[in-house]
Amino acid sequence: MAALITESNHPAPDDFYERLIATHRGLTDEESALVNAKLILLLANHIGDPEVLAQAMAAARKGVADSKVAPAV
Amino acid sequence: MKTYVNPVYPYTRPAELDRPGSRRPVVIVGAGPVGLAAAIDLGQRGVPVLIVDDDHTVSVGSRAICYAKRALEILDRLGCGQQVVDKGIRWNVGKVFFKDELVYRFDLLPEPGHRRPAFVNLQQYWFEQYLVERAQEIPGVELRWDSRVVGVSSGTDNVDVAVGTADGDYTISCAWLVAADGSRSTVRRLLGVEWEGQVFHDRFLIADIHMTSDFPTERWFWFDPPFHPHQSTLLHRQADDVWRIDFQLGSNADPDEEKRPERIMPRLRAMLGEAAKFDIEWASVYTFACRRMQHFRHGRVIFAGDAAHVVSPFGARGANSGIQDADNLAWKLDLVLRGDAPDELLDSYDFERTRAADENILNSTRATDFITPKSNVSRTFRDAVLALARDHPFARRMVNSGRLSVPAVLSDSPLNTPDRDLDFACGPGAMVPGAPAADAPIKGLDGDWLLDYLGGDFVLLEFGATLPAGDVAALAASSIPCRVVQVGEASHGGSTLEDARGLAATRYDARPGTVYLVRPDQHICARWREFDVARVRAAIARATCNAPDVIAN
Repeated sequence: MAALITESNHPAPDDFYERLIATHRGLTDEESALVNAKLILLLANHIGDPEVLAQAMAAARKGVADSKVAPAV
Repeated sequence: MKTYVNPVYPYTRPAELDRPGSRRPVVIVGAGPVGLAAAIDLGQRGVPVLIVDDDHTVSVGSRAICYAKRALEILDRLGCGQQVVDKGIRWNVGKVFFKDELVYRFDLLPEPGHRRPAFVNLQQYWFEQYLVERAQEIPGVELRWDSRVVGVSSGTDNVDVAVGTADGDYTISCAWLVAADGSRSTVRRLLGVEWEGQVFHDRFLIADIHMTSDFPTERWFWFDPPFHPHQSTLLHRQADDVWRIDFQLGSNADPDEEKRPERIMPRLRAMLGEAAKFDIEWASVYTFACRRMQHFRHGRVIFAGDAAHVVSPFGARGANSGIQDADNLAWKLDLVLRGDAPDELLDSYDFERTRAADENILNSTRATDFITPKSNVSRTFRDAVLALARDHPFARRMVNSGRLSVPAVLSDSPLNTPDRDLDFACGPGAMVPGAPAADAPIKGLDGDWLLDYLGGDFVLLEFGATLPAGDVAALAASSIPCRVVQVGEASHGGSTLEDARGLAATRYDARPGTVYLVRPDQHICARWREFDVARVRAAIARATCNAPDVIAN
């Protein structure tokens, strides 16, 4: 079973970070939400492994409104 | 309506008002598609059936349309498949549009060599009419119209059903009651049984319009089309140039307002163009739900069709699963009535069909969530899939306007005998225990399709045609008879089926000597690389709850 990589996996993390923000330049909040959703879908398909994706989604949800019930996966 | 006039079926004063009746083996409540299918199947098996309906006609208006290949195969066994196929409109291809562009095309029956198409569209009133006419041909099937169930009392040995008519109420006693009385099932209400699930709040306008048109015979679904912005639309062709259009209206729509022609006409004009000539045959506004009873068997009362489970229509899993319920139930009820199987066999109906219902509910719910997202973020992801679908194949596969009905594979049913020969194919579409038998073109004395020879009884399908006549006779003479159907070379002659194109052997991953045990509902329940009479008998016993170690639930 593959594990989600949480050690740094970017060759140049600051370059990636700047690019991510720049991807949204000039967009409204609604447009950004759509771009983010498309990006998630594209990257999730590239990864493909359901276990890795499940771990990523759990890690993303963690710490956000923890008192609310998270969905069963 | 211009294209159809609902028949009026006769009411006659029931004999039970004047003298008590005898206990009947089976009473079916509800003469819709599912009740009628069960009545015909039982009637064909020689079981006397009384079927009561609170109305005196077939379905009114626009309801079920799309009958899947599996339903058509069941109808073939019930003697009315060809009428449905002849009157109906066959289709295999669906297209999904986003705004004004095609994003996804699917073909539900890409391979040739099947008797029936993936789907046939036919208005439910025609479908029911053919079933009524078939039922009327069977001497043991009695149809009573304008007969309303007003009481149900279910005990250990009997069910007493109180029926109300214009001439008064009477009670009938039966061994088994089949409740096929629809989503607002009176029987379910009278027994006080709840069902659980989810209601979807979006309203949909459904319109049947009569129109001559060049639209191809394909299922077309639009997300956010120019003629109906921010909502979805579905188009299907039916018989007699009647087209069915579903317009999503959102959750705030007023159903009474939206049904008015003044509201409907502009929508249709925007979609079809100012020059189109059409008449509105029917219009109504619906909301949908996905719900099921926890158990479909309650002692001597068995629930089938919408009385047991409802789904939203995206994927055509309503009537199609109900017809499969009837197919699953009738042979089991027949064996129990004959004393050849214990009651526990009916628990396997509950086991198998609740799982099938869950699969249908899952798929219908997912489609409905995609079509009517329930939150802003859900809507954003849905729109993201549609936006990506034009350029990226992976996103096309995620576009969900309905995952069309496929028959349930009863893969964990206790009636199956697990494979002991591990070299059999097991992937999607394989003839694993629990799968519905695949059709194939063959040459034989009683029809040109393999499914013509399967079903009705248990069948041992043997490839290679080497089974000795003594074994064949012994199986046919068993207490639960098993017919043998042999597939081989033409030179074997007689009743051997010739697999001229080799498609039967391919689809069944068969070598000479391979044998399949097929249930009366055409589902596989066992398979082996070579014949062994003791194993076949044990598998039949297991498939009828006659083996001591089988637990039906």
